[in-house]
Amino acid sequence: MIEFSTWDILRNLLLAARWTVLLSLAAFIGGALAGIAVLWLRTSRAALPRRAAWAYIELFQGTPLLMQLFLAFFGLSLLGLEVSAWTAAGAALVLWTGAFLAEIWRGCVEAVPRGQWEASASLAMSRLQQMRHVVLPQAMRIAIAPTVGFSVQVVKGTALTSIIGFVELSKAGTMITNATFRPFTVYALAALIYFALCWPLSLASRRLERRTHAADSH
Amino acid sequence: MAYRFDFAAVFDYTPVLAKGVLVTVELIAFGAAAGVAAGIACAWARTQGPRWLRPPVAAYIEVVRNTPFLIQLFFIFFGLPSAGVKLTEMQAACLAMAVNLGAYSAEIIRAGIQATPRGQFEAGASLAMSPGQVFRHVVLRPSLQRIWPALSSQIVIVMLGSAVCSQIAAEELTFAANFIQSRNFRAFEVYFVATAIYLLLAVLLRALLHALGRRLFDPGRAR
Amino acid sequence: MPLIAIEDVRKRYGDNEVLKGITLRIDPGEVVAIIGKSGSGKSTLLRCVNGLETLDSGSIMVADSQLVPDELHLRALRRRVGMVFQQFNLFPHLSAGRNVMLSPMVVKKTPEAEAAALARRMLDRVGLADKFDALPDQLSGGQQQRVAIARALAMQPIALLCDEITSALDPELVGEVLGVVRELAEDGMTLLMVTHEMRFAREVCHRVVFMHQGRVHESGPPEEVFGKPQTPELRQFLAASL
Repeated sequence: MIEFSTWDILRNLLLAARWTVLLSLAAFIGGALAGIAVLWLRTSRAALPRRAAWAYIELFQGTPLLMQLFLAFFGLSLLGLEVSAWTAAGAALVLWTGAFLAEIWRGCVEAVPRGQWEASASLAMSRLQQMRHVVLPQAMRIAIAPTVGFSVQVVKGTALTSIIGFVELSKAGTMITNATFRPFTVYALAALIYFALCWPLSLASRRLERRTHAADSH
Repeated sequence: MAYRFDFAAVFDYTPVLAKGVLVTVELIAFGAAAGVAAGIACAWARTQGPRWLRPPVAAYIEVVRNTPFLIQLFFIFFGLPSAGVKLTEMQAACLAMAVNLGAYSAEIIRAGIQATPRGQFEAGASLAMSPGQVFRHVVLRPSLQRIWPALSSQIVIVMLGSAVCSQIAAEELTFAANFIQSRNFRAFEVYFVATAIYLLLAVLLRALLHALGRRLFDPGRAR
Repeated sequence: MPLIAIEDVRKRYGDNEVLKGITLRIDPGEVVAIIGKSGSGKSTLLRCVNGLETLDSGSIMVADSQLVPDELHLRALRRRVGMVFQQFNLFPHLSAGRNVMLSPMVVKKTPEAEAAALARRMLDRVGLADKFDALPDQLSGGQQQRVAIARALAMQPIALLCDEITSALDPELVGEVLGVVRELAEDGMTLLMVTHEMRFAREVCHRVVFMHQGRVHESGPPEEVFGKPQTPELRQFLAASL
């Protein structure tokens, strides 16, 4: 029987963790673009885009990410497409991230005080001018902390892609456990690596939040 | 060749789905009750508790919040036996849910406690109540009321996360769906139906928690 | 020829009728104070004049143009009638100078250099020439409100609406703001002010309008309104405020 050292386990996990990082980045960037599009629809004056965006958000926030991954994986292959786990995982995560970011950002736009809208209106600015010069700059400042906070959820979400076969950190953990019969060590190390990825983001988000609120209270 | 959808094939297995829903409900019922209880305990520890208790509690919260639920579940089910703790699938799933929700609700409830006006503590103390009594009778209920919407959201999130418990063969809804699609090969239809059921469960759970909140915290009901 | 002609304006919020038929005419160069208890409809009336609130019935004419509640007309109106708010509402992410420059650049398409020069002149006019680059949170309440006045003036309005502009200020800062307003009045600006500052109203305003429960209860020159109140409501109000 081949003996695996703890270092071997860690090394293999770290190699797989690169895919976790890659998928997280792809999902976050794609999700941010999707989020902007959904936010735009969600805040439209017309009822149809607004309701469609609302339905999209409710759907992706009200169902398990695992189900979304399954549907992406099996659904896309029904359309005849050769769907790799990477594609399905990416697609589902982008849509999921987009829904959550759209809601977070909408909250940030709504957090800009009403007086800002009134002051810019009374200076004869159009809605677009109000958004561009007065409201969005302030909303974006408010949005930094919760957006960084959500990035933690994205990294954790990539763990589920192991279930549809994408080989990232969690899948590597399962495979290595099967090979070494040392689940305690393997999963503890996997948890450690996830922690190392997520905790700095959590801390950053908390620090940013303190700064945003410190700026408000003067 | 166009794919022909066949949802009837799914509904042939309705009893299997129903059992899955039941187990999901069991999981979240236990997870929510135990998790919120743990959350209250941890929130108390971090705000009112003895100094030596704070670092371990904080460590627990940070570890759970910064690692995926899947890994926590695998650690509890596959990892703990090496340390002598052997659990059944349901026990492991329930424990993982409680541990997970416990950490998140601890932070949410802590925020609620910290938003309590100073005067409340002072009033309780000046009425000769001990800190424990003040926490239990004066601070806790308004704190929970304050953060009830956020806590309810988190409970729904954890309920949706229970889908992951299928991976250790806990026989909840996702496990049922996996089982059915391995029998009738109608993966898309099965998962579609399961997703719809989850959506319905989420709506119902949110309504239930809202009603519970009204019942617990309705200002009209003076105790 | 009135600059602002408010004719029989009515407005309700749900069941509550806030303005019960207000008629008021303001001539060019006139400084009018609106006083009354909270809930009397004073601020609502002011906000109707620049379209931040809609009318249920009646009409408002500003410089011969009827107030029409569509976006284009409202923006055109707001280029001519400025507003200063109780809570200042300065844009926190812009310096004082940029706050004042923004609208001329964005709305009137004034080139940046010209807008900057205009902003400096306006800030100088309110006594804050040296605060061009300061951020709002580096300024006191009184200074912020003066920047807000400069910002409204930069659009070169024919009239200014002032909605309790000193109510949110610490007492020692009120004077610097009222000083600026007094100068504007002396320069001939048409001002419609909702205010609690009775002494200021007495000294600076041409006319005082007392509103009560959504109606103009009494109106006239300050000596008459403050010196010889005709109705019990006004007497009660004056007794409580002075």
